[in-house]
Amino acid sequence: MSVGLKRYLITRGITMFGVLMITLLLTISLVGSNMDTILKQGVIYQVRAEITENTSIVQGFNDPEEFEKFVQQKIDERVKTLGLDTPWYSPQRLGYTMYKILILDFGNATFLTSDSGSSNVGEIIFEKMPKTILLFTTATIIISIIGIVLGAASSNKIGSKIDRITSTFAVISSSFPVWWIGMLMIFVFAFVYQIFPARATPNIASDDPGYVLALLYHMALPVITIVLIGFGAWAYLVRNFMVGIMQEDFITAKKTMGISKKKIVYSHALRNAAPPIVTILALSLSGSLGGAIITEAVFDWPGMGRLYFEAISVMDLPVIIGSTYILTVLFLVSIFIADLLYGYFDPRVRTSN
Amino acid sequence: MSSVSTNEIKREFLKSKMGLTGVFILLGLVLISIITISTIPVSTFQEWNNPEKWILYPKTSVPSWVNLLSPEKIPEHKIIDAEIFESHKDEIFLVSQQFGVSFEYDDFPSDFIFETKTKYSDSHLVQIKVIRPDGIILEILSTSLPHSEIDTIHNQRYFSTDSMIKKNLNAYKEEFQFDFSIGATEIIFSNLNENQVQKGNYIFIMDTYGIGEPAEVLESKMILGGKTFGLMGTDELRRDLAVGLLWGTPLALFIGISVSIGSVVVGLVYGVYSGYKGKKTDETMMRFNDVIYALPALPFLIILAVTISNSIFLMIGFLMIFSWVGIAKVSRSMSLQIKTRQYVEAAKIMGQKDSKIIFRHILPQLLPYAFASIAISVPAAITTEAGLSFLGLGDPSFPTWGQILHDANTYGATAQGFWWWIVPPGILIAITGLAFVFIGNALDAIVNPKLKR
Repeated sequence: MSVGLKRYLITRGITMFGVLMITLLLTISLVGSNMDTILKQGVIYQVRAEITENTSIVQGFNDPEEFEKFVQQKIDERVKTLGLDTPWYSPQRLGYTMYKILILDFGNATFLTSDSGSSNVGEIIFEKMPKTILLFTTATIIISIIGIVLGAASSNKIGSKIDRITSTFAVISSSFPVWWIGMLMIFVFAFVYQIFPARATPNIASDDPGYVLALLYHMALPVITIVLIGFGAWAYLVRNFMVGIMQEDFITAKKTMGISKKKIVYSHALRNAAPPIVTILALSLSGSLGGAIITEAVFDWPGMGRLYFEAISVMDLPVIIGSTYILTVLFLVSIFIADLLYGYFDPRVRTSN
Repeated sequence: MSSVSTNEIKREFLKSKMGLTGVFILLGLVLISIITISTIPVSTFQEWNNPEKWILYPKTSVPSWVNLLSPEKIPEHKIIDAEIFESHKDEIFLVSQQFGVSFEYDDFPSDFIFETKTKYSDSHLVQIKVIRPDGIILEILSTSLPHSEIDTIHNQRYFSTDSMIKKNLNAYKEEFQFDFSIGATEIIFSNLNENQVQKGNYIFIMDTYGIGEPAEVLESKMILGGKTFGLMGTDELRRDLAVGLLWGTPLALFIGISVSIGSVVVGLVYGVYSGYKGKKTDETMMRFNDVIYALPALPFLIILAVTISNSIFLMIGFLMIFSWVGIAKVSRSMSLQIKTRQYVEAAKIMGQKDSKIIFRHILPQLLPYAFASIAISVPAAITTEAGLSFLGLGDPSFPTWGQILHDANTYGATAQGFWWWIVPPGILIAITGLAFVFIGNALDAIVNPKLKR
């Protein structure tokens, strides 16, 4: 690894970490005041439940006012031991919260639970995350394969029918919202023609041997939708890269040498277009993760996006903070991979000091 | 980057078929917006979420033009205004409200309701009868307005499901040759020999008799319940979808254009300043740019909408935060090139202020690029806002297309096959996006001749 690349990666890495910290701080400050109220209410509820369950304490009081006083005192004690008497933005609490999140300890969810019934936010998130990754990487891989093949084919014959159809389709498909196409797909293929299930959550237990198959079957409709909307833009992008490369001198030289055009397109040009294509592949994966929230909500796909949406609708703050953090990490990791690839392929970064 | 003059751009643009199509669609949308704002009363849009306003409309009715395509004519939902005739004979005053309807459908109406608002005093008798196309007159209801000593304003609704109507119809049992164990509308609108729709003109007459003085009719209409309504049908909450879709047009244009103009201006100035200043300033500004670029936009937009506010104006601001970054990057690299040009160097040596150099010499060079970016970034703003509204995080006081789709999703429109509720909003979103994409791509091809091939 050269010095230039190393320096480049270190700067990028530091930026990414900075972004992560800022994201965390922003999230906490946006939901912080709500979190305080909810936590305090939780404490009050818990203390009351503990005292009323213990009948010997209740019977020890004759005067209800005195009893209330006692309860209030207990609550105040508990609030103090938990550190809730200082506001969320006090340095110790903020630092502690951020430290806990950094080591992936998100605490317990207020309302939501995982499929196995656990309310540990970390467990909930790590149960959902693989499904999101499965859905979006599958879709992205299919999109890129179709895109590269179509893009290469249309750059081979610029102005041909296939080229024009690809370009038109790219423009048109990119203006439709994925989730709306999703609604239409559900309408047509789940209700009018009952080919695919309408809800993408398999209704058999996750330890059942048939689960994987059921999951794949349920995944079909979302994958088809994402691919349908995505591949046009990809093909167009690949085409434009290829067109640029086809005008380079070394390709012209190859042409004069008498190598067939088809061979030049599919082997020489495509190999040279690979670096930017791979870089954008990583970037588009990160982009689609952000859109996962709406897409998963439409298809009811049991991933991070739907979890996020559910957490927002019931204001389950630990889950919101946890999933924002994890989504940001995933997002940053894919951007970082894109950077890494870009730095690796771009000779200007590789060789500069 | 090449500097192209405004005239050249205009000339080139007029040659571009795609660009002209985009302009054409955009003009159409602007026209729709103008018509909507000037002709549809603002109250419809303010009361979009007020169920009281829509009570006279049918529930989830298909658009009425569906009848043009299908051989079976589905009855249309009609709201009929009364023609009022007054007469008197000696002491007795008669106010006759007549509702004429030409019924040419293959199915019975679902029901009918008379809604009246009258001002009267003393006692008044009300009689409702219908003259059928075959000339038979059915007296369906006779009742009275509540007695009142003083002048009073009274609202009254008479429903076809009223058991009195069914009872009165039993008097005509002999004339009809089928079983009477069906609803009143199915008897009134039926042929005599078999229970099938009799097509033709029906006249419903509501007579109010009063002694001494006539009742004054303030409002009066008859609602003939059907299964098709208007241009776009209605939704589960009985709202006329045409109204929502029409109001959505100016809103979408407003959101899209203000977000894109705002973010392009911010991005342009930021990027140019950073590139022009260079060194430490450039470094710091670009780091900040990187940070915003790496924030996952949608989760943040959602948190902002939930915790701060989902007012449409704040939303526009939030959307801007995430959309100026890319433009700043490109305009920075452009300004890096321009600032090395001789006239900029000359201006610098002559001691012109930085702000003057930026606004006089560098920014004008970037204007063609700016216009292309404004057009290109509109669709993203519209779809993102629609997406947020779809999740139920939109401004509830504005009927946007995303919100209509949110309601459709909430009420299970896909499962129940209410296609007219799902398809039009999405198509409108896409068409609006396409108009700007077309214009943007056409401009881009002129500004960056490299792409033109």
